[in-house]
Amino acid sequence: MVSPSPSTLHTAYDSKIEGNVIITRVDAAINWMRKNSLWPMPMGLACCAIELMATASSRFDISRFGMEVMRFSPRQADVLIVSGTVTYKMALAVKRVWDQMPEPKWCIAMGACASSGGMYRSYAVLQGIDKLIPVDVYISGCPPRPEALIEGLMKLQTKIEGEHSTMDQKRTFIDEIA
Amino acid sequence: MSAAADVTKLRETFGEKIWETLEFRGEQTVRVELGSLHDILAKCRNDLAYEMILDISSLDHFGDDPRFEMVYEIATLDDSKHLRIKAKVGEDEKVPSVTDLWAGADWHEREVWDMMGIPFSGHPNLKRILMWEGYPYFPLRKDFPLAGRPTDMPDVAFTGVAPLEGGPFVTSAGGEDVARREPRAQVVK
Repeated sequence: MVSPSPSTLHTAYDSKIEGNVIITRVDAAINWMRKNSLWPMPMGLACCAIELMATASSRFDISRFGMEVMRFSPRQADVLIVSGTVTYKMALAVKRVWDQMPEPKWCIAMGACASSGGMYRSYAVLQGIDKLIPVDVYISGCPPRPEALIEGLMKLQTKIEGEHSTMDQKRTFIDEIA
Repeated sequence: MSAAADVTKLRETFGEKIWETLEFRGEQTVRVELGSLHDILAKCRNDLAYEMILDISSLDHFGDDPRFEMVYEIATLDDSKHLRIKAKVGEDEKVPSVTDLWAGADWHEREVWDMMGIPFSGHPNLKRILMWEGYPYFPLRKDFPLAGRPTDMPDVAFTGVAPLEGGPFVTSAGGEDVARREPRAQVVK
């Protein structure tokens, strides 16, 4: 829409604007914006990261879903994709990356290792990243194919669609002032 | 000159310090006394032209005395000769470092120290290479459980016990043959 020049600006009711108005809930609008611009933080720790890279590149192309803006700074990301084996030596570093991400944030455990330790029943491997940080979506596979990762991300979108962040905030606010 | 000729030469020079020599499918193995290990390796490096250290590893013969064994794999740069040198190490003994002969031995020896807990004397930087400083165990020793042991170093790392559930990775020591030691090797009825 081209903004009108100050000389023609009028305060009267503009019937043309009617077609450009959508009536919705704030939550729904916010969720719609959030889910369609997920900025992933790739936490590539093993072979799953190769599939993650394939997912981002042209053949699978997650920019179709608005998720292509991989950020290597946790401060600019809102979904952590833990792709690979989390060793105990790496575990607190992953936690630190998660702690640095601003809210709202989500986490995907990609593949068997990140979900449960996978085949590494060993002294050296954390038995699932959910022991340290909350996980929203688990993706099975060793490693999962890019299609599986895309489905996991779409599941996350569905989850974000159903969140009630402002409703909850409002409820807490009303409780507080009551 | 072949590796077999080198073994004969080592025998002539070091006599009783060489405990045993073995040849298996063209591979030469020499078992030596720990006290002369460094001299023997120095001769291999300086006089017999074994310029390269391929690998340093260790074995845990748990229950035997001496308990550990060092294994050195050395080769010439043109890859024409390979030699394996082994020496038994007791639990309270130190192994002389060979970092003065091969710079590449540095990280191999650190790994042996980290995983098996065999200390080296004369190493320039003997600290853990895979696990973090302060981790209290040596994970490749036979008396260390496969599932690991719980530890905690605040702000550095922690470890837990992996659930094995008697799963396919569990072997039971003392079985007569592989099928009894290794559940995966059992014939399905």
